[in-house]
Amino acid sequence: MSLLTCENLSLGYEGRVILENLSFSVNSGDYLCILGENGSGKSTLVKTILGLRQQAAGQVRFGDGLKQREIGYLPQQTDLMRDFPASVWEIVLSGCENRCGMRPFYNREEKERAENALEKLEIANLKKRSYRELSGGQQQRVLLARALCASERLLLLDEPVAGLDPDAAAQMYRVTWELNTRDKMTILMVSHDMVCLSYATHVLHFGAEVFFGTKSAYQREFLK
Amino acid sequence: MMSILEKLSFYFNYPFVRYAFIVGILIALCSALLGVTLVLRRFSFIGDGLSHVAFGAMAVAAVLNLTNDTPLVMVITVASAVLLLRTGQDTKIKGDAAVAMISVGALALGYLLMNIFSTSTNLAGDVCSSLFGSTSILTLTVTDVAVCVVFSILVVAAFIFLYHKIFAVTFDENFAKATGIKADWYQTVIAIITAVIIVLAMNLVGSLLISALLIFPALSAMRVFKSFRGVTICAAILSVVCASAGLLIAIIAGTPVGSTIVASDIVAFVVFCAAGKLAGR
Repeated sequence: MSLLTCENLSLGYEGRVILENLSFSVNSGDYLCILGENGSGKSTLVKTILGLRQQAAGQVRFGDGLKQREIGYLPQQTDLMRDFPASVWEIVLSGCENRCGMRPFYNREEKERAENALEKLEIANLKKRSYRELSGGQQQRVLLARALCASERLLLLDEPVAGLDPDAAAQMYRVTWELNTRDKMTILMVSHDMVCLSYATHVLHFGAEVFFGTKSAYQREFLK
Repeated sequence: MMSILEKLSFYFNYPFVRYAFIVGILIALCSALLGVTLVLRRFSFIGDGLSHVAFGAMAVAAVLNLTNDTPLVMVITVASAVLLLRTGQDTKIKGDAAVAMISVGALALGYLLMNIFSTSTNLAGDVCSSLFGSTSILTLTVTDVAVCVVFSILVVAAFIFLYHKIFAVTFDENFAKATGIKADWYQTVIAIITAVIIVLAMNLVGSLLISALLIFPALSAMRVFKSFRGVTICAAILSVVCASAGLLIAIIAGTPVGSTIVASDIVAFVVFCAAGKLAGR
């Protein structure tokens, strides 16, 4: 059974439809790369999957007992975040907030979870550092660790390598690949960078026509 | 010539001086707590906007000849706060423009109303004291103090209870929403608390200077501390210290209370800037 299914989705904002009849599904363990030009609807799709925006038509369904609020989301950085006075620990721990419900403080289990996420992304040494002092690549790892706290199964990464230097970008890709192969996490990555094809199993491409299929089918069709 | 200590103990025999201290310290504490999240969300001017709305509402209350204007002022200010802070992103008029519009609009209409309908013989004095809070802090009744204490306890309790949620929503609203935190609801709570603090703080520093109480402690703390908790705790302590210092100086030197408190906040900001530079941050 698929983890996430989008059926006949129509996306748009401010009354303008930018995509119609989009259908695709993601199975557990997939690494889906979402490609397309700026303004093609990638970010709108992300927001719709997360439930931050209402679709114009169609359905987003979750399977296998996954709930919408259990998606590990890595957003694009905003100016507001870049100079925010917060320690790495505070930010990563805030990924556990969806487990708290009305409980005002974190329990031991949630703290352990955050510790594990730090270990997994090899940033335990940054725990006490301030987010705004970190490099771009380190900041992305912190946000990814937070996403890991929020989700066990599905990560949704919105342009995670945008603005990173090539080294940091390559590391970011390696980390996501490890999470996919070693930890069996399902990954949806928005990108406008063809590098992510080397790691992906499936591709969703927004262009003149929408393509959805396996990576090899995509390569046969577009990259002859 | 009395020594300063004698002068202070002389003044502290008067209940109104003690009331002023209690209210001043509590309001300074509450506004600093809220100020951290407001500054970080780029809503530094919300205090200005809302306090001008409160000024306008006071003018309306005066025109209607209400003896107790607090309920009306509170309702109007809370409603404006909810509108401004909640619909910050998806409106046609963007956040800062909406705040500026409501801010100057309410100020102008409030003054206009007071001018047309006022029965007072000292209009300029009335306006001046509600803008700069010059005397009202020293004319507090026991009820005023009790109301302030109750509200302050509520605000501090709400802040502690919602602390982690406020952090999550302030740092990254979209992530918070995506993981099922009712961000809109928390924004509304923050908006309502802000409005309540502002109405209470009008007595202390007047409507022109409230922004200073909200933003200066938070900005000073951010120069030196680098975690959210550090900034929040430092802002709260600093704000209380500055308010106490300002009140003491105002009593001894006979200067206006509101502007003295703000002046001590400014001095603290300069000191913290220098400390931050020295620490290399």
